[in-house]
Amino acid sequence: MEVAFYIAAAVAIISTVLMLRDLNVVHALLYLIVSLLAVAVVFYVIGAPFVAALEVIIYAGAIMVLFVFVVMMLNLGEHANAMEKGWLTPGIWIGPTALAGVLLGEVGYLVLRGGSPQMGAGMVAPKQVGIALFGPYLIGVELASMLLLAGLVGAYHLGFRTTQRTEIRHARDTDERRAAPGGDFVLAGTNRPPGTP
Amino acid sequence: MSLEVMLNAAGLAFVVAGSRWQQADGQIVFVFILAMAATEVAIGLALVLQLYHEFKSLDADALSEMREVA
Repeated sequence: MEVAFYIAAAVAIISTVLMLRDLNVVHALLYLIVSLLAVAVVFYVIGAPFVAALEVIIYAGAIMVLFVFVVMMLNLGEHANAMEKGWLTPGIWIGPTALAGVLLGEVGYLVLRGGSPQMGAGMVAPKQVGIALFGPYLIGVELASMLLLAGLVGAYHLGFRTTQRTEIRHARDTDERRAAPGGDFVLAGTNRPPGTP
Repeated sequence: MSLEVMLNAAGLAFVVAGSRWQQADGQIVFVFILAMAATEVAIGLALVLQLYHEFKSLDADALSEMREVA
């Protein structure tokens, strides 16, 4: 059991160091995801399966997908396709894949071995966590919900203002172009302004 | 991303301490850290998107336009 813990911890540290050393954002994100998965395995081994599941689902599943989305969105350009082809060379994905393979083998070993996975002092059951969370920590849960609401409103505000400003600019440009003589429209007949050729 | 690593390290320390003393408190604090990290990532990425929209670059030095021109 200690062996599994040390292997997972080593994978976490190695992938984090590689993440910090990487200059390309997408490669660093790959290593960061592997690091989060390794930390989840560590949680599982020390007897916190609930937190391990949360780490995989929320951190590696949701937050990292958000990161990858934004990074991919900001990379849009003419040379994006060539860059993405360059990212798929074997030298790049072999590192994260090897580390993730180590983690996968370890999880398979733990599952096949069965029994209680904890090491050290023992495991804290999810039921215990839930009871404590909605007992003495109820005010903390309320504060977390308010924080999430504030974050939601803030993110919506930032995104909304950007799109609105773009639309206003677009409308203004269209109006100017339409008002300018010799613009997009060729006027003929009585509504032709004087002085236009 | 480095912020994420630091938050994860703090959460790991909390969970290990909670496991050591058989308390659920460490995991609860980790849940709070998780919620905080999610909020922070949402706001930060919205800010980054707007920065890219305005300046067409991700260079943080481009944000120095409030400074008085020397």
